[in-house]
Amino acid sequence: MGSMKEFLWLIVALPFAGSLILVIAGKKLPRLACAFVGVGSVSLSAIVTLLVGISFLRGNPGGTPYVESIWQWMNVDGLSPDIAFHLDAVSLAFIFVVTFVGALIHLYSAQFMWKDEGFARFFIYMNLFVGFMLTLVLADNMLLLYLGWEGVGLCSFLLIGFWYGDPANGYAARKAFIVTRVGDFAMTIGLFVLFINFHTLNIQAILTAAPTTWAVGSGIALTTALLLLGGALGKSAQLPLQTWLPDAMAGPSPVSALIHSATMVTAGVYLIARTHVLFELAPVAQTTVAIIGAITLLVAGLAALNQHDIKRVLAYSTISQIGYMFLALGVGAWSAAIFHFMIHAFFKALLFLGAGVVIWSLDEEHNMFKMGGLWKKLPVTFWTFLIGAASLSALPLITAGFYSKDKILWLSYASDKGSVWLWLAGLAGAFLTALYAFRMVLLTFFGDVKKEPSQRPGLMMTIPLIVLSILSIIGGFIELPGDMGHFTMFSDFIEKTLPATLVNISGHYTELLFQLISGLVAVAGIGTAYVFYYNKAFPAAEPQRNAVQNFFYKGWDFDLLYDTLIVRPVVFLAQMDKNDVIDRFYNGLASLALWFNKLLSATQNGMVRRYAIVLAIGAIITLTIILYL
Amino acid sequence: MNIIFYIASALAVFSTIKVVTGKIAIHCLLYLIASLLAIAVVLFILGAPFIAALEVIIYAGAIMVLFVFVMMMLNLGQASEKTESGLLNKKMWIGPSAISLILLGEMIYVLLSQRATPLTLNIITPAAVGQLLFTKYLLVVELAAFLLMAGILGAYHLGEKKKLVYHRFLKKGNDIT
Amino acid sequence: MNIQLEQGMLLAAVLFLTGLTGLLVRRNIIFMLMSVEVMLNAAGLAFIVAGSAWGKADGQVMFIFILTMAAAEVAVGLALIIQMFAKFKSADTNRANTMNG
Repeated sequence: MGSMKEFLWLIVALPFAGSLILVIAGKKLPRLACAFVGVGSVSLSAIVTLLVGISFLRGNPGGTPYVESIWQWMNVDGLSPDIAFHLDAVSLAFIFVVTFVGALIHLYSAQFMWKDEGFARFFIYMNLFVGFMLTLVLADNMLLLYLGWEGVGLCSFLLIGFWYGDPANGYAARKAFIVTRVGDFAMTIGLFVLFINFHTLNIQAILTAAPTTWAVGSGIALTTALLLLGGALGKSAQLPLQTWLPDAMAGPSPVSALIHSATMVTAGVYLIARTHVLFELAPVAQTTVAIIGAITLLVAGLAALNQHDIKRVLAYSTISQIGYMFLALGVGAWSAAIFHFMIHAFFKALLFLGAGVVIWSLDEEHNMFKMGGLWKKLPVTFWTFLIGAASLSALPLITAGFYSKDKILWLSYASDKGSVWLWLAGLAGAFLTALYAFRMVLLTFFGDVKKEPSQRPGLMMTIPLIVLSILSIIGGFIELPGDMGHFTMFSDFIEKTLPATLVNISGHYTELLFQLISGLVAVAGIGTAYVFYYNKAFPAAEPQRNAVQNFFYKGWDFDLLYDTLIVRPVVFLAQMDKNDVIDRFYNGLASLALWFNKLLSATQNGMVRRYAIVLAIGAIITLTIILYL
Repeated sequence: MNIIFYIASALAVFSTIKVVTGKIAIHCLLYLIASLLAIAVVLFILGAPFIAALEVIIYAGAIMVLFVFVMMMLNLGQASEKTESGLLNKKMWIGPSAISLILLGEMIYVLLSQRATPLTLNIITPAAVGQLLFTKYLLVVELAAFLLMAGILGAYHLGEKKKLVYHRFLKKGNDIT
Repeated sequence: MNIQLEQGMLLAAVLFLTGLTGLLVRRNIIFMLMSVEVMLNAAGLAFIVAGSAWGKADGQVMFIFILTMAAAEVAVGLALIIQMFAKFKSADTNRANTMNG
């Protein structure tokens, strides 16, 4: 079994192989075979992950990373990255989530997309995405990580604009790509700075060399950390680059479940966790991370409260929850962030898949105010969705969400980089989360039946829902807080790679107090939602919003801000530059050719007399030449 | 003899100018015949009696007659006269006249830059011409015969009225309906 | 009798250029053909004058051939004019300025 971990490369290769097979033969294979290849490749990858993980942990108490180098990518003037995979606790956690949740989502989408004519194309893109995400997470050097980074961006673009017949989907895909590109640009410059300073892009080499080369709080460390943070902001849809995620809901629901809740948007969290040394060398940057996280979770929470499209609620919810992860990273609670990532993947994917079932059964109805009374009609969906929403709201003790979110809230106060303000922001966010989550549940599943579901989900769609809902409950029990048994299996596991959090305030009773407060806040949120939304008849399909609510509904009008500040000036400058010197030159060439054409075609106008005149003039010219020259 | 040359050439030039500026087609043709006859006189004076006779017989007698016949067949009439006067206005003469005057100037320059050589009157008999035709220019005579044959056939074909060719079932009298 | 060569050539030149002017000015195809005849005649006259200056019969032989050619040309040309009349119902050369298709 010890040699099982040598199959690490297989984890990455299997989804790519599945994608390749479908590219070559997808059109000729029958639909069932395509589904088999698409779902099977990721499932096999999940099984291999399990085996590799077991093999890695067995006989490896210290958690030494396992590096497997496949081949040397290039060797150019000192830059010699390899295609190499680096397995340690953090990447193991990530690949477990990616492959396992990915396999469930692929199974679900086999039935969800069954009637779509782009069936094979869907699985090509999904497998490609899983392959790139695994590359990103397992990468040994920054260049390979960047390859995976760009690859998931590409697949996100392809999948958001999957139904490309509608131009709005294409627009949403382009918006996603361009906004994340802003972040990627910052990250590229960060990679340049790293290479110039360390002459290598190998992550472990950089992390060991950085504390000796750069002083704590030095400008260069701050610059690099902020540049990498820029990249993370783009991919994880945090302020100010969060505008693309709500529009990315134009893609099919499995895409939203896989990419925009569980895996791709957490790539930023992974990046910051991986390069934690650089952030520790620049405390200002780390505090920036925490502040951005705190502000984002409030902004997104308020926006989610005012949406009527069920998927947009979940999109803003994702932005908000990743804000929690950033908050945790910012205060140095590394393992808490990874823990919340894992639990969030479970319940957010569950919520998206459940929303997908609702939309699918109601024939593409997205408006929550047009739904209702579905708890009797779609029972399995209802119960699993309820469990997911409860986990999202961090319902005390019984849901996994409670354990992960509560740990973040506690450490945002108690960590040596934490503060009261961060804790209060997190608490307010928790209230908002519970409120909008149960608003969503009550509007969709309770009340009068406004639209009958036309099709019931089959086994392939309900099994992933059930599995994920079970995980949303029991997933939290691997990490119990200090005053509840102090079972720290997960954080011990992560702390082999990432540093432990330094806690200023300790004491079980203080922690219990904080837990009580957060539990009360969650229950209060659910209660408020009950008061406002249970069995209330809403007259209009969309709620009447006042000016403040409208502002939140539009996502705090960031689109308008960017349009005015950036888009309009650039378009204006481009219009002004439309006929500059270079354009004039090429236009002039074309005009010259046209002029010659007109000139020459005038000689063939068929007028006989004109020919005669030209003959006579030619005779004169010839005679003159002969006589005088 | 010189006087006759000058009078005949003046007549020829005058008639040609009337040809070019005339409006009625038949009148122009008649002026052309007059010009040809004047040229024939000049040719006599230059000592080419055979050619002068040919000019009268063939050029003025056959070619121009052909012209007249076709003119009469086309039946241009009064309408044509009006059109012609409409088309020939003073402005149109400027360009071509300029071209011709430039060419004339150049030719006069060429001619005057030669030394004046007096022409002695050599009467070249038809016998001399015939001798040349049958020996030196035999091949060209044959080619001229080809040319005339081609001209006849071409004129015949081109002068035909094209009949519309119906499928035999569509011709009247052959109705199958 | 002293007619200089130049004077004969000058006569031929004047006649030729008159014909050329007529060709350029006129729009009616029949008048254009007439002007072409004038030009041909003038060219033949130039040949005769030159042949007489040399004292040989070659110029006259040339003139015979020019005459032959003019005859053939007139025949074919008039036949074409008849066709043009049948097609365009007018003798204006400006009408015949497009090709088929």
